[in-house]
Formats: sequence, C-alpha cells, structure tokens
Amino acid sequence: MFSFCTDPSILDDWFWTACYLTTGVHMSFYMSFLKVLLLLAVTAPVALAFGFGGAMLARARFAPLSWVGKGYIALVRGVPDIAFFLFFVIALDQGIEYLRHKVLCADWDMPIRQGSDFVVCQAAKMPLGNAAQWVHETYGFALAVFTFALVFGAFAANVLFGAMRAVPRPQLETAEAYGMSHRQTFWRVLVPQMWVYALPGLSNLWMVLIKATPLLFLLGVEDIVYWARELGGTKTPRFTDYPHPDYRMWYFLALLVFYLLFTRISEVALDRLMKRLTRGQATTGGEAQRRAGA
Amino acid sequence: MSCLQTIQDYGLRSLGYGERLLPREGFTLCEQFTLIGSGLLWNIYFGVIALLVGFFFATALGVGKASANPWFRKPAEWFIFIFRGSPLFIQFFFGYFLFLSLKSEYAFFAPFTAAWLGALIVLFLNTAAYSGEIFYGALQSIPKGDVEAADAYGLSGWSRFRRVIWPTSLRLAWPAYTNEAIFLFHATTLVFFSGFPAWQQRGDALYYASYFADKTFNPFVPYPILAGYFILLTLCIIGVFGLINSRLNRHLPQAQRRKIRLRPNLIR
Repeated sequence: MFSFCTDPSILDDWFWTACYLTTGVHMSFYMSFLKVLLLLAVTAPVALAFGFGGAMLARARFAPLSWVGKGYIALVRGVPDIAFFLFFVIALDQGIEYLRHKVLCADWDMPIRQGSDFVVCQAAKMPLGNAAQWVHETYGFALAVFTFALVFGAFAANVLFGAMRAVPRPQLETAEAYGMSHRQTFWRVLVPQMWVYALPGLSNLWMVLIKATPLLFLLGVEDIVYWARELGGTKTPRFTDYPHPDYRMWYFLALLVFYLLFTRISEVALDRLMKRLTRGQATTGGEAQRRAGA
Repeated sequence: MSCLQTIQDYGLRSLGYGERLLPREGFTLCEQFTLIGSGLLWNIYFGVIALLVGFFFATALGVGKASANPWFRKPAEWFIFIFRGSPLFIQFFFGYFLFLSLKSEYAFFAPFTAAWLGALIVLFLNTAAYSGEIFYGALQSIPKGDVEAADAYGLSGWSRFRRVIWPTSLRLAWPAYTNEAIFLFHATTLVFFSGFPAWQQRGDALYYASYFADKTFNPFVPYPILAGYFILLTLCIIGVFGLINSRLNRHLPQAQRRKIRLRPNLIR
C-alpha cells in the first residue's frame, strides 16, 4: 500500500508492521468486520419484526393464531443452543431445494434421499451450479441472517409480549373510554408505551446478539474468525514477503478487544436511549426525571 | 450387529475405549444414539468441574465487586467485564492460541493445549465471571433487616458473613444461578468447534452429532437426538439444583419459597 513497501525484507520493525497490516488480505480481514456489522444491522430489525409479529400472534384473540405465536416462542427458546444454528442452516437449505425440486422438476421419479445423499435435479439447486461466486456468498449470508433473525425473533417476541402486558391497564381503558377501536388502541396507545418496558429486555438481547456473531464462522461465512485463523497462522518466506511465526493469539486478542469495545459502546448508548424513552412515562424512572427537572 | 454390541463398541468411544474407527456407512439409529450419548460424557465433565471450581471463585468475585476497597473492587469489576463483554467463542480461540504460544516457550504448558484442561480453564473463568455478577447482584439485594439483626446479635466480620450474609445471598441468587448452570452445560458444546482439537476423534455430543450430519447429509436425525439428550440433562440439573434450593430455603414456610423458573437464554 505504501511506496516504501516494495521490498519488505529490508524494512525495520515499524515500517514492516505498517506494510504488513495493509496487505491485500488484511483488507479482506477489515472488510469482514464490516460484514459482522452488516449482519447486525440487517438482523436486528428483521429479528425485531419477527418478534413483533410473534408477540402480536401470541396476543391474538383468535385462539389458533395465539397458539402459533406461543408455539414459535416456546419452540425456539426451548431448543438448546448452537445446535439450532448448525441444524437450521442445513435444514433450511434442504427445505428450499426440496420445494424448488417439487415445483421445477415435477416429472422426477427418483427419491430425493438416497442413503447418505440428498439429490435434487440441477434446476432446483440453490443457488444454481453455474451462478457467480458472489451469488453463493450472498446466499450463504442470507441464510445466516435468516437463521439469526428466526432465533432472536423468538427471544424478542418473548420480550415484547411481556412488555405489551406490562403497559398499565388504565391507559388502555382511557383509550377505550375515548371511543378508540381495538386496533386504534393497540397502535396509538399500547405500542408507543410498551417500548420503555421492552427496552431492558431488548438491550440484553442486543448484547447477546453481538456476542453471537462469531458463530457466523460455524455457518460457513468468511467472517472475522475465519480471517483471524487464516492470517495468524505461521507464514514461511516461500509463500509471502511477510513471513512471521504463529500470530493467531494476537489476532484473537484483537477480536476480543473489538468485542469488548463494541459491547461497552452499546451499553453506554442503550443507557442514554433508556433515559430518553423514560421521559414522561408513568414509571418510577419517569417520575424521578420529572422531579429532577422541576 | 446388535445394538448391545454397538453400545459395547462405542459407549465409551469419546474417552478412547472400545472400537477405534467411527462408523463410516449404514449409520443406524443405535449408533447415533450411542455415540452422541458417549460424547455427552465430555459435556458433563466440563460442566460439572467448571461449575464446582467456578462457584468458589465466583463467590470471591461477587464479594470483591461489592467491596468498598478499590483494590478488591476494580480487579473484580474488570474481570467480570472482560469475560461477560466478549463472546465465549472468541475466548476459547484466544485461550487455545495463548496456550499454544506458551507451550512453544515452556514445555509445562503442553497439557493446556488439550481440551480436557485448556477448555476447562476457559469455561471455569467464564462461568466464574457470569456467576460472580449474579452473586454480586444478590449481595446488593440482601434485606437490610437481616444485616441489622445480625448486628443486633453482635455478629460482625467473618462470622456475620458466614452465618447471615452468605447464606442469604446464596438463597437469593439460586434461581438465577440454576439458569447459569444450564447455559454453562449448553456452552460446553462450543469446545470442539473453537480451536481445541478433538484428539483421535474423541469429541463431545455436538462433535459427534455434526459428524453424523456431515456424513449422512441429514440433519433431522442427529440434532434432535442431541436436543433430546440436552433436555434430559437440563431436567437433571433442574432436579439437583431444586433439591439444593429447597435445602437452602428449608426454614421458610412452604408458601414463601421461591420456585426456580427456567429462563432459557442463548449463547454467551
């Protein structure tokens, strides 16, 4: 990257490090941090939407709908842990291919599961065998986002369901007394007020979501963990201008610091948001703010 | 091959006894149940030891964080922040590579790069930090009256801590601590996915489950088996911790006892 990097072998330590940290592969490493941030940026709203939908379903007055919502919450929260991630990505992939196979290759007469193989026709492959590299990567990433959103959506649904029930009943009765319909009460009174009750749970969830991002590695996405392992490994002079011993410890130390900073910044930001949302609410926090201001 | 034979061959495979080669084709349900169950031994080993040892360290951390003396408080606060603020997955990786570098310098660290010790240490530190925070919270919420009563009896210092403060905080913390124990057992599944090598394919339950899922390309059998095992394990933990809970609360009237509520959470 720098002009003095043309012959790394003669450089002294400081320059060598500067050159080493700006090689092309390191740029991919830095890009993978963006990938993690992108995952968070995409997953958080999608999971929130899933959660909102789940909570609305669970609250539905029509019993079967409410069972679906409660079932979704209980099912995902009950299945232990990363096994869900490992399971779901394959299951989702096979599910999509199975459906496409049924639609696109209706005249196929062989069974799909042949012993240890999962066979679908060429046209049903997802993504198609001849698709470009970026399509494969995007598809893998999208599967990961969907899995994350589905799992965290169930947790968000649980939080929001609790928050909706925590809104003081008199607030809703007042809305009804003003002649608002059920729908109007929900959107104009309940939803604006529930956030302050949901925020502690949601911020906890956000922390857990941040800390779950390294699991992208298990889903086969080239994320920061992948690159830290790649770049940190011992490099010999035969293959690179920048030979070095095993640096993986330092790369993972950097990741550790990255996550610590990230969680710390989120904590501070969420505290501020909580203060802002508490303003004017009928809670002890809101009351304390009112007294302090008066 | 009968199922009994399979259990004899693979029942202790994860510890290195029995058949050396893993099954390669024609996977039967019995094989999957046996091997995944055999791997579960590792999860139990990691979980039980980390919890037992971590409990004492966590108590020290909780007391340290609640202490007025900054020489105790600051280190405890930092320790808890570092282990609760970063993903366990990264901690495993970092721990493994740290031990690897230390091993190349000092031969003493050779066993630390193996999962049975290295991963155990990471899990121990991690659970100590999470439980330390729980104990700290419990120490903060001890009813004022209890401490005043202890003062009135003339208890102070160590005897007040041992006879009043510690038992009360344990009682308050126990439901949350039960959940922490459950997550710890779930977190043990990360060990063999995070750098620590499964030597001679001696892995934990998830290691074998993903082995079968990779070989058969069918996730619908091994993962539900794994989930089933873990639900059983969770029920056992709840049972044991419930017994301890009722022992801790034995002086309270039946109606006032706090029930343990399972609050499933995800990944740390």
